[in-house]
Amino acid sequence: MSNPTPLPNVFPSSRHLLGIKYITADDIYLYLDTARTFREVLERPVRNLPTLRGVQVVNLFFENSTRTRLSFELAEKRLGADVLNFQSSGSSVAKGETLLDTIRNIEAMKVDAVVMRHSAAGAPLFLSERIKSIVINAGDGAHEHPTQALLDLYTIREKFKVLKGLKVTLVGDISHSRVAMSNLIALQKVGAVPAVCGPSTMIPKDLEKLGYTVYHHVDEAIQNSDVLNVLRIQHERAASGTIPSIREYRKYFGINRKRLEKATKPLLIMHPGPINRGVELDSDVADGEHSVILDQVTNGVAIRMAILYLLCRGVQSA
Amino acid sequence: MLKNDLPNWEIFRNKDVLLKNVKIIDPYQFEKEINADILIQNGKYEKIASPNTLSFNPAMKVVENISISPGWFDLHVHLREPGFEHKETIETGLNAAMAGGFTGVACMPNTNPALDNAAVIQSLLEKASGHPVFLSIVAAATKNRAGKELTELAELAELGIRAVSDDGSPVVDSGLVRKIMEYGSMFGITFFSHAEDPNLSGRGVMNEGIWSTTLGLNGIPTIAEDVMVSRDILIAEYTKCPVHICHVSSAKSVELIREAKSRGIQVTCEATPHHFSKSLTDSSLVTFSTNLKMNPPLRSMFDVEAIQKGLQDSTIDCIATDHAPHSIEEKEVEFDYAAFGITGLETCFGVAYSELVHKGVLTIQQLIEKLSINPRKIMKLPPIPIKEGNIANITLFDEKKVWRFEKNQTLSKSINSPFYGKEFIGKPLGILREHFFCYCNN
Repeated sequence: MSNPTPLPNVFPSSRHLLGIKYITADDIYLYLDTARTFREVLERPVRNLPTLRGVQVVNLFFENSTRTRLSFELAEKRLGADVLNFQSSGSSVAKGETLLDTIRNIEAMKVDAVVMRHSAAGAPLFLSERIKSIVINAGDGAHEHPTQALLDLYTIREKFKVLKGLKVTLVGDISHSRVAMSNLIALQKVGAVPAVCGPSTMIPKDLEKLGYTVYHHVDEAIQNSDVLNVLRIQHERAASGTIPSIREYRKYFGINRKRLEKATKPLLIMHPGPINRGVELDSDVADGEHSVILDQVTNGVAIRMAILYLLCRGVQSA
Repeated sequence: MLKNDLPNWEIFRNKDVLLKNVKIIDPYQFEKEINADILIQNGKYEKIASPNTLSFNPAMKVVENISISPGWFDLHVHLREPGFEHKETIETGLNAAMAGGFTGVACMPNTNPALDNAAVIQSLLEKASGHPVFLSIVAAATKNRAGKELTELAELAELGIRAVSDDGSPVVDSGLVRKIMEYGSMFGITFFSHAEDPNLSGRGVMNEGIWSTTLGLNGIPTIAEDVMVSRDILIAEYTKCPVHICHVSSAKSVELIREAKSRGIQVTCEATPHHFSKSLTDSSLVTFSTNLKMNPPLRSMFDVEAIQKGLQDSTIDCIATDHAPHSIEEKEVEFDYAAFGITGLETCFGVAYSELVHKGVLTIQQLIEKLSINPRKIMKLPPIPIKEGNIANITLFDEKKVWRFEKNQTLSKSINSPFYGKEFIGKPLGILREHFFCYCNN
């Protein structure tokens, strides 16, 4: 067995991971480089690296999310942390317990780190201002999903070796996507060329003013991209009048083989999951040779191990 | 009703007051400020004379070397009574008004029950009658503020109601707005429009633009305000009735109102301190602070500059606070779930003087017009020039005083203000209305 790349001895600039907007390009590279070590560990027969033994982590999920939660849980367990899961469907307000009360309870339980998913933008920031524990944002409303953005960057870098100058286009419902915003900010910070593509009703206001290219025609986006990161289209968007129908979306914005074949070079196909097969992405593309969708899942565990390791190491002694 | 136990406050009734060498800013009578001595006896201006000429006796309360003006009036506050007494009551709200230098306020009808009938309005007026601050009421324009049927406007007019609104909610039905204006104007009642198209504002919680996009919060576009402002202007023009636009926040709305005024349409409007303060824009929301959440929302710097321009060229007639107290429980939550609104009575002058007069946007005369003369005119209250024989109604203030707004000085029941800890130039010192004299020693 070869020795893995040694783990870094530096800390990120922020003690929380609340969003990509709150961290630097150096932080991004630190997370990506550290994740490479853990990615190697994941290929070994013994995949545990108990560097966070004795660290108490709580996964606080106020919104349903099987995949992100499992990914975090696996990462926490691989590092030997003590894991506590708190899942609450619906908003905390609907449940009658305020976020503030939940926070007080966590504080009383002497938890070292909180991984939080919440439907309201800014909730992890709210938490971090009122708690001593380290806060990791696992997705807040349509605001940020930093761990997803980092695993996406990791996956892109794995294939292309570099990020700078790469043209990465996010396709779909940008307005309602925390994945999109975190990815766009992260790509911009590392010098890639981020763009979006989707119907105008799904593009948030003034996105161009923030320096992102906006395409409304998929073919044009395909011609100008190295990577397509395809986002899930929620069926309720048709009911709310954002798009006329799922059928029309698929016809004009769906990613299929025929469209991709017109590109001068093959595009890397990504999707944060879960996929609506046959809506935003056809099965033959999702399962095709240029798809890295399952790599994203594996890399997700590695990047989350890196984040937990970099933010939580040392708290045992505190 | 006012207890004499407010820290730092002296409350006198029927006390002779001598204002010595005070600077009078009274746009009713003088284009420039003048210095004078004023003796107030039995709630009236007994004598006004050259500075340092009136003699005092030990029974008098003497205040010297400050500024005074006709009493300020805030025509847009939420005092929460009845129904939401945990946020504010008539008493605590009027106390906050006193601290802010207001001798009168008009409270909005979004209470529970709504202020839509003579009985509930009468009871509020009675409750406020012993307070140094005069209470006026903006009654509901439609029954239960439901936007369906007219309230009994003629009867309300008999109680002195001169303004109606469903503030907090827009009246979406344009046909009904026409009826409110036409029917109300027979009795001297003006429609106060909360201009917002709910289909455009949707589930928005902040201004729509680069910041809502960056923060992933649902946006309230300026057009949600603008389309309703244009609609109300057109209805006012067609019916030849007056309309007052509440809390103007967008550059386009200022432009629409300016143009309407130039065509002689009877439109007036107000702007709030938080919408004209350059220290608060939509970019401030990066902190996700719920004390920056209000409706209409904090707009962009472009809009703030347009509001200041509108104040300067008199497109915007008056300053109103939209004082909207909420309990801690309603604000210490996720941004999406937090209540809209901030308190504003106690910081109004500090913000206005610091942002407008100190920075040369308005003269002190213009500011007093917007705090006193114009809002009273819109509410059809009598003019209150500082003249011998008239009933006293003045605000006392210090234009030079640098101060910090602190939670422990707050007289409002609520503390949902983004201005705590902020430093201001210009502080209200007290009010003198009829036989009441209230003075802050801090």
